[in-house]
Amino acid sequence: MQNSSIIEIKGLKKTYAGGVEALANIDLKIPQGELTTLLGPSGCGKTTLLKIIAGLLDQTEGEVLIKGERIKGPGPERAFVFQDFALMPWATVIRNVAFGLELRGVSKKERYEIARRYIDEVGLTGFDKAYPHELSGGMRQRVGLARALAVDAEILLMDEPFASVDEQTRRKFQEDLLNLLKIEKKTVVFVTHSIEEAVYVSDQVVLLSPRPSKVMRIVDTRLDGEENVEDIRRDRKYLDVVEDLWQILKQYLI
Amino acid sequence: MSTQQKTGFNPRFLWKLLSLVVVFGAWELAGRKPISIAFPTFSATAVAFFRMIADGTLLTAFGVTLQPLGVGILIIGTSGILFGILMGLYRTFEWFTLPVFIIVQSAPMAALIPLITFLYGIGFAAKVLAVVLMAAPVIVLNSYKGIRNASPTLIQMSKSFLSNRSQQIFKIIIPDASGLIFAGLRLGIASGFVGIVLAELLITPTGIGDLITYYRALALYPQMFASIVAIVVFATVVVSALQWLEALLFRRERSAA
Repeated sequence: MQNSSIIEIKGLKKTYAGGVEALANIDLKIPQGELTTLLGPSGCGKTTLLKIIAGLLDQTEGEVLIKGERIKGPGPERAFVFQDFALMPWATVIRNVAFGLELRGVSKKERYEIARRYIDEVGLTGFDKAYPHELSGGMRQRVGLARALAVDAEILLMDEPFASVDEQTRRKFQEDLLNLLKIEKKTVVFVTHSIEEAVYVSDQVVLLSPRPSKVMRIVDTRLDGEENVEDIRRDRKYLDVVEDLWQILKQYLI
Repeated sequence: MSTQQKTGFNPRFLWKLLSLVVVFGAWELAGRKPISIAFPTFSATAVAFFRMIADGTLLTAFGVTLQPLGVGILIIGTSGILFGILMGLYRTFEWFTLPVFIIVQSAPMAALIPLITFLYGIGFAAKVLAVVLMAAPVIVLNSYKGIRNASPTLIQMSKSFLSNRSQQIFKIIIPDASGLIFAGLRLGIASGFVGIVLAELLITPTGIGDLITYYRALALYPQMFASIVAIVVFATVVVSALQWLEALLFRRERSAA
């Protein structure tokens, strides 16, 4: 890892009430400015881990440090993108996108101006006044993404953000995300259970074991000469890494 | 394009009209058969109805009936919704009050109406209490349920963007609950109508209840039926108007339907 770690996870354990042990012992360092994916079999606790990093869940033991400080809940340096979009159905697109700023007390004029910029950036120009029920699944997720970008947090936490959209939109989103991250320099922690998606978007993939999870392996998935995001899917190294990861994960599918 | 878009005329309206014609036609035929002397034909009822509008009988009666109804709904509407919201938000409050409302919801509140006279006699207050008693359970419980069932995902989303409790309550929980709250209010108003009519029939006759009782006593069945129809129609119109108003003001997200 070239960059310093912006997130450090030490000895993290999580057991849910009722005795379900989701995370056994997680030690992890997330490098700054890069996209790290948490990948693992279904139910392995990757979303749990992501929500603990986000401050939305409490851990049973261990600590999460962001820039050296223990977190005590959600913070302005982290923004979350939800799998099921989590848009307010009674609010317009622009109000939804500006919501993070609204909660911070930013004036309406200012926050709507900021929101408009990100609405354009995610490709939803002209849909300011639309309501979520008028949008397709893909468009709703773009709103969720714009909302997370609008608060200008250093760390983006994305919980299977493309799982609820169709395959074709999903591929486009993966490409769009990479292009977007070239402009917005952020640290991203991404959760998915698609191997191709993990290798495609990430700089490294953290493989988690089945529940109770530990970090099994960390794989570098940086691809050289990835100037053109469209060429990645035919890159030799991409295909090899996908296959390797599949062989490891396959063992856990009984 | 739908027929409405093509011709600017909504065929669904025709179907509603047709169903009314069928019902009224059946009523007319049934009235002519010797089922009961107390069962007037549709035409006789309709004539009585319009005559009673024309000579102001219905208007005066409504004027009397609607007062305790209006006051009762105003009281229980505001306090009931507030109560329900507090029950939904605060566990201790819920713990104390929920059992009462669960009982009250299942019990036939109408049976309690005669007891009101022990508390408030037979005047205006008694009728207001009847309205309040009938409307309270559904208004309070719907508001409570609306708050309790507010989307946890949306609340979590707001927490991820650093909301405080007050913002969660006013920007997420209450808007999300507003559908159920309004449904409760509409049902409450409908129950309020039941309450006032029962009060007027069981406690002391005034307004519409008075008309129904009076015409029954005189065996003027077309007028009696006309009075009953009047209150039924009125209640329907009020509740439908509320639904329309709510859709206009608040439910823009469902306007696609």
